[in-house]
Amino acid sequence: MPISKEEVRHIAHLARLGLTSGEIEHFQGQLEGILAYIDKLKSLNVEGIEPTAHALDIKDVLRPDVRRPCLEIDKVLRIAPQREGAFYKVPRVIE
Amino acid sequence: MSLNTLTASVLRERLHAKKATPEALRADLKKRFTAVEEKVRAFARPPDFKAPADRAEGPLRDIPVVIKDNICSLGEAVECCSKILQGFVAPYDATVVTKLKEAGAFVQGKANMDEFAFGSSCETSCLYPTRNPWDLQRVPGGSSGGSAACVAADEAVMALGSDTGGSIRQPASFCGVVGMKPTYGRVSRYGLIAFASSLDQIGPLTKDVRDNALFLSAIAGPDERDATSADRTVPDYAKILGRDVKGLRVGLPREYLIKGMDMEVRAALDEAIALLKGHGVTFFDVSLPHTEYAVATYYIVATAEASSNLARFDGVQYGLRRPDPSNKEDGALVAMYKKTRGEGFGAEAKRRIILGTYVLSSGYYEAYYGRALKVRTLIRRDFDKVFAGCDLIVTPTSPTPAFRLGEKMEDPLAMYLSDIYTISANLAGLPALSVPCGMTKSGLPVGMQILARPFDEEGIYRLAHFYEQKTPWHTLKPKL
Amino acid sequence: MSTARYEPVIGLEVHVQLKTQTKVFCGCANDFGAPENTQTCPVCLGLPGSLPVLNAEALRSAAKVGLALGCRVRSFTKFDRKNYFYPDLPKNFQISQYDLPLAEHGRLAVEGGGVSREVRIKRVHLEEDAGKLLHPEAGGSSLVDFNRSGSPLLEIVSEPDIFSPEEAYVYLTGLKLLLQYVGVSDCDMEKGTLRCDANVSMRPAGTTGLGIKTELKNMNSFKAVRAALEFEITRQTGALEAGERLVQETRLWDEEKQATRSMRSKEEAHDYRYFPEPDLPPFTFSDADLEVLRRELPELPLARVRRFCSTYGLAPKEAAVLIASKDMADFFEEGAHLFQEVKKVAHWLMGPVLAQMNARGVSLDQLGLSPASLVELIRLVEDGVISQLAGKDVLGAMLDSGKGPAQIVKEKDLAQMSAEGALGAIVDEVLEKNEKTAADYRQGKESALMFLVGQVMRSTQGKANPKVAQELLRKRLTS
Repeated sequence: MPISKEEVRHIAHLARLGLTSGEIEHFQGQLEGILAYIDKLKSLNVEGIEPTAHALDIKDVLRPDVRRPCLEIDKVLRIAPQREGAFYKVPRVIE
Repeated sequence: MSLNTLTASVLRERLHAKKATPEALRADLKKRFTAVEEKVRAFARPPDFKAPADRAEGPLRDIPVVIKDNICSLGEAVECCSKILQGFVAPYDATVVTKLKEAGAFVQGKANMDEFAFGSSCETSCLYPTRNPWDLQRVPGGSSGGSAACVAADEAVMALGSDTGGSIRQPASFCGVVGMKPTYGRVSRYGLIAFASSLDQIGPLTKDVRDNALFLSAIAGPDERDATSADRTVPDYAKILGRDVKGLRVGLPREYLIKGMDMEVRAALDEAIALLKGHGVTFFDVSLPHTEYAVATYYIVATAEASSNLARFDGVQYGLRRPDPSNKEDGALVAMYKKTRGEGFGAEAKRRIILGTYVLSSGYYEAYYGRALKVRTLIRRDFDKVFAGCDLIVTPTSPTPAFRLGEKMEDPLAMYLSDIYTISANLAGLPALSVPCGMTKSGLPVGMQILARPFDEEGIYRLAHFYEQKTPWHTLKPKL
Repeated sequence: MSTARYEPVIGLEVHVQLKTQTKVFCGCANDFGAPENTQTCPVCLGLPGSLPVLNAEALRSAAKVGLALGCRVRSFTKFDRKNYFYPDLPKNFQISQYDLPLAEHGRLAVEGGGVSREVRIKRVHLEEDAGKLLHPEAGGSSLVDFNRSGSPLLEIVSEPDIFSPEEAYVYLTGLKLLLQYVGVSDCDMEKGTLRCDANVSMRPAGTTGLGIKTELKNMNSFKAVRAALEFEITRQTGALEAGERLVQETRLWDEEKQATRSMRSKEEAHDYRYFPEPDLPPFTFSDADLEVLRRELPELPLARVRRFCSTYGLAPKEAAVLIASKDMADFFEEGAHLFQEVKKVAHWLMGPVLAQMNARGVSLDQLGLSPASLVELIRLVEDGVISQLAGKDVLGAMLDSGKGPAQIVKEKDLAQMSAEGALGAIVDEVLEKNEKTAADYRQGKESALMFLVGQVMRSTQGKANPKVAQELLRKRLTS
């Protein structure tokens, strides 16, 4: 399954991965090879087969609506790349 | 005899009988570390040889253990050997760490690994590659390469690794130690930095089967913090050890005995089979017809889940952050995301994120991910059919012994294909263990894999222990 | 209006924050207004290695809402990951529900303001909330507070069955009332426990297709939703009639300017890459489970209105006012059991009691009034011990002091002058002082009598029993 550079760029954008043009070309080649291999699944007939999203057949795992202690604010903000008081600071989000 | 060369079970006896002290054990481990770590490089960061604050009374009292650098230990750095997590300190203990502490053990240090567990050689670590103690020019396997190597090199008594497609078993086989991937849900994943949520399991890497059984009993069990953990009591796995194996029915899947398999690996396996036959085990030729689709299925499911699990690494709350004022197109926030993730992730991580994002993307879901989940059902059914007539399945753990450093780095697909024997157990959620079953002429370990029905780790331990005790492999040590 | 060339088609998407004790996937408190970043844990921060576990109460609440909306609650439901990057989303994916939502195909009867219709509910599903982003005026940064991250959200999506801004308004008030009755949320748009986005498109009048859709966001009240829709309809109609092409877009409501504007950011269609959430096994509901939940539902608003009309003989408008708050409706019913003339109870509630609530800025349960004490007060008025007017004052005094009505009447010596003797003297006095008005009455002017009654009330500082005073005056005037 051929994949274009444009598609790789689009996927990288979806994944918020900054790639150099060299990387884009490099990955494009490797991806084509991998996708060609993965395409062997297309030859299988999966009609009527249920998907397995969970390896264990369990259901209805719930927890009671009971409070547990929260993390102390400093424990988490201490390692924040940028903070302002009690907030995490990030580059301006444009709405 | 240096205490660090002993198994946990022997150490427990000696410590309990006061024939050895915890201090002496730590001293021996430190001595060994100083002597060989420069060559092996099994650790992600230099371990702590201090005594822990206090230890509980338990079956593993005073035993130091090494945990893979993707398992959270309160107050300790945990970075998955990735630049993007530099400086991240775990604010909580993984459930397995809580449990091992309850058993009296303590965390000695963090083992090196492939970045985010993406790899089969420990070469994608952002730090350095770990070396195979049996041949320093070769890889220890991956992604739990550091965990396997430190146990093989006697730098650790026992270690924990994680296994998503073979990452405990394959390095165990490359390094000549015992590695168990439990049934999916047997061990809590809370505190394991996720790679592929529906495939990951934490498991022990040890010098022998008894230690492995002891360690698994200590860390396994239901966890209210992990909705995918099984609500089943944990047996005392050591109890099954020493049982006879006469009458056990073992399947040999013909699809696993492929042409690409190394001759010496084949020979070692054949000898193991012969030995077991001699003790009353019956072997059957069985078929797992969808084996050829396993790697493709795995690389769709695992990378899809990984691409989502790794989205959180974005420089906002912790770890690396790289603003990028030169990116005018995207706006400051997105530019920051892209540069942070572009610099923070290694090539293999990026490759998997791209592949995973692709197979989930609009228009491709049904063709790839949707289809892969269905093939997964077919793979599981193959095993169900075989286990209707067999107690266990035996295969080689890896088609080859440890390969050279750098040998597979150019061709990612070749690297992926080396997982061929281990991957299906993760897709089907089955327990699987690797036990040493021979040495090549050049002195490289070979591993035999044993698989069982869900939650039949006991069956695996029974066969593995019996075989181990009839062979010398677990007594061999690398010359470092 | 009926000659309009285009007609609007509106769908509403409402997000409701459930008032469970804890968040949807972790045990953090689910409170409003905690100091920033103090109500978090590894799970709702999405820290590496953390895992979600579903809150049982959130699931039950969600199912109850589904049942209350007449939906089919699925016997098998699961969660999915919705993947996108945003700083208020710690994992950069939201655990939500995609193809197998908890409940589907329901309806909400919408009545009021000239509207009486059914709006179909497309789906109801459970998901986690994101944190809060703040954009301080100065500087090139934004700030993130994750307290709200992981709060349980119920998303309720209507079919495009709404055909005017007024209908939208009535739908929202009806939905809010229903949710308050089920008891799962405060539905306070100011606090953000209820949020609404609207989709509106125009089509040629009388047709059945759907036009180009505009999504409207950033409305902070039901009124704003109505105003935004009105604005959009005008804008779109104008554009269509001028022959312009409309584009599918998202527009933000600007409360100050009372207008919508297109979102400045590049319009990229989101590719959410939904896939089943591997960390959460699926959930099931048996018929028995649903029956238990159904039985826990209170009588819902519209059913209660109908019953109030039929059982208590109230007018629909009156019943609607009473049931507009579940507390008030409950209070009324208790009162109705204690006092036969239920309409009086209704009027006191809708009148003086409501006035007190508004004046004091409190809700009924904060007022400190019980049905029994209100009924006691009403009895005092009906028995003629005090006048209606005095009764209102007594109510105020009861609320201030916490004392019962009889005690207050005694303390303030408010018992009406009813005895003919005491009142008779005052009646005579008033007639003397108002000869002209008395004469007017004798000549047929009815209203003059009421004036004279008023004078008696003034003279007695309101203590006179007006009925008795009126009778006495009439007697004297016609004798």
